[in-house]
Amino acid sequence: MAEKYVGKSIKRNEDRRLLTGNSTFIDDINLPGMLHVAIKRSDFAHAKINKIDVEKAKALPGVVAVYTADDLGDYWRPGPLQVPPPSVIKGAIFNARPLECIAKNKIRFSGEPVAVVVAEDRYIAEDALDLIDLDVEILPYVGDLEKTVAPDAPLIHEDLESNLAADVVQEVGSWEKAVAEADVVVKKRLLVNRVAGAALENRGIVVNWDANLNLLTVWATTQGPIPMRNSIAKYLGLLENQVRLINPAIGGGFGPKIMSSQIDDVVIPWIAMKLKRPIKWVEDRRENFLGTTSERDQLHYAEIALKKDGTILGVKDVFYHNTGAYNPYGMTVPLNTQAHTVSNYRVPNFLTEIKMVFTNQMVVTPVRGAGRPQGVFVMERLLDAAAEELGMDKAEIRRINLLQPEDFPLRSGIIGQDFVEGVLDSGNYPYALEQTLEKIEYEKFKKEIQPKARAEGKYKGIGIAMFTEGTAVGPYEGCKVMVGVTGKVSVVTAYSNQGQGHYTTFAQIAADNLGVKVTDVDVVTGDSGQWSWGVGAFASRGITLVGTAIHNASLKVREKALNLASKLLETPVDELEMEDSVVRVADIPEKFISLGDLAMRSNPTRGTVEPGMEPGLEAASYYGPPHGATGFGSLGMIVEVDPETGKINIERIVITDDCGQPVNPMVVDGQIHGGLQMGIGEAFYENLVYDDYGQLVTASFMDYLFPQATDMPDKFEIIHSQTKSPLNPLGIKGVGEAGAIAPPACMMQAFEDALGLKDMFITESSINPSKLYHYVQKAKGA
Amino acid sequence: MKPAPFDYYAPTSVEEALDKLTELGYSGKVLAGGQSLIPAMNFRMARPTALVDLNKVKELSYIKPTADGGLAIGTMTRDSVVEDDILVNERFPILVNTIKHIAHKQIRNRGTFGGAIAHADPAAQLPAAILLLDANLKVLSKSGERWVKATDFFIGPFMTVLEPEEMLAEVVLPPMAPRTGASYQQVSRQKGGYAQAAVISTVTLDGSDRVKEARVALFSVGESALLASKPNQVLAGQVPTAEAIEEVAAYVAKNECDPGTDIHGTEEYRRNLVHVLVRRALIDAVQQAKK
Ligand SMILES: Cc1cc2nc3c(=O)[nH]c(=O)nc-3n(C[C@H](O)[C@H](O)[C@H](O)COP(=O)(O)OP(=O)(O)OC[C@H]3O[C@@H](n4cnc5c(N)ncnc54)[C@H](O)[C@@H]3O)c2cc1C
Repeated sequence: MAEKYVGKSIKRNEDRRLLTGNSTFIDDINLPGMLHVAIKRSDFAHAKINKIDVEKAKALPGVVAVYTADDLGDYWRPGPLQVPPPSVIKGAIFNARPLECIAKNKIRFSGEPVAVVVAEDRYIAEDALDLIDLDVEILPYVGDLEKTVAPDAPLIHEDLESNLAADVVQEVGSWEKAVAEADVVVKKRLLVNRVAGAALENRGIVVNWDANLNLLTVWATTQGPIPMRNSIAKYLGLLENQVRLINPAIGGGFGPKIMSSQIDDVVIPWIAMKLKRPIKWVEDRRENFLGTTSERDQLHYAEIALKKDGTILGVKDVFYHNTGAYNPYGMTVPLNTQAHTVSNYRVPNFLTEIKMVFTNQMVVTPVRGAGRPQGVFVMERLLDAAAEELGMDKAEIRRINLLQPEDFPLRSGIIGQDFVEGVLDSGNYPYALEQTLEKIEYEKFKKEIQPKARAEGKYKGIGIAMFTEGTAVGPYEGCKVMVGVTGKVSVVTAYSNQGQGHYTTFAQIAADNLGVKVTDVDVVTGDSGQWSWGVGAFASRGITLVGTAIHNASLKVREKALNLASKLLETPVDELEMEDSVVRVADIPEKFISLGDLAMRSNPTRGTVEPGMEPGLEAASYYGPPHGATGFGSLGMIVEVDPETGKINIERIVITDDCGQPVNPMVVDGQIHGGLQMGIGEAFYENLVYDDYGQLVTASFMDYLFPQATDMPDKFEIIHSQTKSPLNPLGIKGVGEAGAIAPPACMMQAFEDALGLKDMFITESSINPSKLYHYVQKAKGA
Repeated sequence: MKPAPFDYYAPTSVEEALDKLTELGYSGKVLAGGQSLIPAMNFRMARPTALVDLNKVKELSYIKPTADGGLAIGTMTRDSVVEDDILVNERFPILVNTIKHIAHKQIRNRGTFGGAIAHADPAAQLPAAILLLDANLKVLSKSGERWVKATDFFIGPFMTVLEPEEMLAEVVLPPMAPRTGASYQQVSRQKGGYAQAAVISTVTLDGSDRVKEARVALFSVGESALLASKPNQVLAGQVPTAEAIEEVAAYVAKNECDPGTDIHGTEEYRRNLVHVLVRRALIDAVQQAKK
């Protein structure tokens, strides 16, 4: 038997190309005669548009055209909802207000597009932006999650009665009953801040209309190439195959790049067809902050009911979710919060209510974590507060409430982002908890290390938090696998790649089934001209959905190859083996035929074929799970805090993560590293801040702090526990968001533990040294 | 993030540069390392109509010892060159330690010693360092040269006494007195990031370990870099006890700085930082002086 690749930490196929600068990113695409776009964005957060004067801008030499909503005529219309709300939740209210590609009568957030300049180069286009006069009537700004739904709040969408965007109640068991039986009920008001999904590369689009071929070619950084392609086709009245959407190499996505039906994909293709010239728009960093969606921003009123011994009886969580000025992404984020609040524990009674509100801020759509960190933050903070109240150890209160291996599969009773009742497919949560506690030496830390440090004047603390990561949700993905005449294998999917390692992990799966070297598998992602079905990169679903489709398709190809070889070698299939890019007779190694020859023979060019014959060593396959596969884990951290300055140092991070069967543990580690860094960023560095007028004051990396390598400990200690998912043949689950979920909850606990002040309880998911200092002062009664 | 249109000149001599600056007057601006000016132009916060690039003026880049044991540093000397220079390490180790806190190496490879001073960012290290070290600045214009004390150079945030047709040419550091210890203390959100509060101090001791002179420079906590006066008033002639240092630190935090509240910290927090950092800096500087 040849060595199998799945489960091995092999080096990545794509790295040579990337590291030697031989990948093409969106800004590398330059076409003859290409024009450049700059977008005029509103400086006002809430205003009625009286007039937009673009005459001076149009007159600037080098400017080709300037468009406002009025210039779009009938083409202008509010975009479709990219994600509809689920219809299955009883009593749910959802007031759909999809994005406007370009503001028409009213501006609803600072940064909203109001005009588009097309010029010979980007410099001129930006010069022209300065010449556009915006005459508006300024309206009062609403940004507060609670005040926005107060009776006297100014309306963001005047046709609605209030700024309430949605209201969804889900209840399992009875919270009332839990309270009646409880010895203690602990209540907390908890705040989760807003963060950017800041990728290394910003968004961009290049469009070329070929009127002779009737073909619109679009290069875009989207995480959802097929939906974007379909949306463009529908807007422009083209057939799907008259729009070829290509993902160039993409420098990170993290969620916001999933959005379509925005100015870039609605207006820029329209302009390209109108002007019959190729057009490029590449967002700069400032514009990314102002013009790209972001996430988190929830306010929770949460309660937990327990028995004296720490057993959880129930949890209630009523939360405000800021969707920003529109809600094109439906309920995905807050539903994820609901689905990830109590998901580690036995909670017989759970009441959760979403109050989604409109504000004059950037639209909220998923950012890595996508609602999960909020739910986990709330639950883990509640447990910490309850442990304090009951005088229990933080690990112990978790230990006694965890779901047990025999509880799976577990129907959660909560409808999730995939519109079906959540089912936790498999898990071993106690194992995950104990692994981390053991590795981080929890007991030793508490008994020896911490007191010793304290005696030396050092404030060290430990945190432990659990998390689940619902991954791999439907509807489906698909792929095509083909053995070529060279014997090399082509895997083509429309899934989009932003650096997750697909060119390796997808190849590993195909290589194992087809007996070829992993470096002989070529993976194409995100090119609708090569494969035209799929949904997109979100919810940590790539490896499970596409991976399973590749597994199934490559097995079909294997079967085709073996059948053909069986005929040619005049040997029954079960006496053949497929290895080293050949099919050989198991007992007679010199009797073989190469995969390349088989591929050649599978496409006869003369003669006749048998009825029903399908040419080529090629097969397509689709995979759609009945529900998601749930990853999970535990996170432990040791921090040191300087109580005088609020400066922190993260000494150790130990994470146990379970993503079922890891296809490539090294790639999984990479996902976890990045996720952890992002989660730490959210907890201590990153923060999107609006001022009292709705201006984003953190619109550059001068003010928006990004976690740096120097902010991280020397290493991340990762334990892979492997509870295979019963849902798919390889037993895999996703991992893309795992690392980003628990850090805020874990860090706040560690800070409190380090400082050891009785009444110090951190109620927000993001703090900084100054806030930490004030928490200390407050707890000391200063 | 593209700059507004501008003209560009790249003189190769000081004389040529000064001619150009005189000709351009208020519409011209010196380009040194560009690490502050170029981002400001890309954000269109700065819109000079013409740049006079000094990068080809080789005669402005040097580090020379002065006879009295100090140093003269040409304005275009890169931060990283100063940082790695043997003479600077021997004579002004505190300057080396200070420079290491400016951004990251890549930025120090471009950013210039004089540029950081001329830029007069209230959050920058070098204006505070030259106040602390009592530097003398050579300013050139077509009509000649003048010398300005560091203490007279800064007049507000991003404002100096330089006229548009003038350039900063050289910074002269007088020698450090014997038995002088120094300390650099800062709190910033991240390594390489601008400080939320920072203190550089020197303490010179006499033969009986009493303070001859205590100097404390602060930055990032006011409209420009500051020299606190209380430390020397209280400590000069005294044995620097922990109590005396604590008194000085508390006073400076309360009365000799003016930090504001921003998204990263409250005024109260930043005054607290000044308190803590002045204390730590003086204790450390005294210890260094005793070595
Ligand atoms: C990411 C980043 C982080 C940074 N972090 C820090 C930090 O932590 N601390 C810090 O102090 N700085 C920091 N800086 C700024 C950096 O140190 C700059 O290099 C410095 O402030 C300006 O020096 P420069 O040579 O680049 O000047 P330039 O940007 O070229 O010029 C700055 C200003 O000074 C004027 N000027 C320059 N030279 C002269 C001269 N000889 N005569 C008259 N006028 C002149 C210019 O006209 C301009 O107005 C950072 C910069 C970046 C990009």
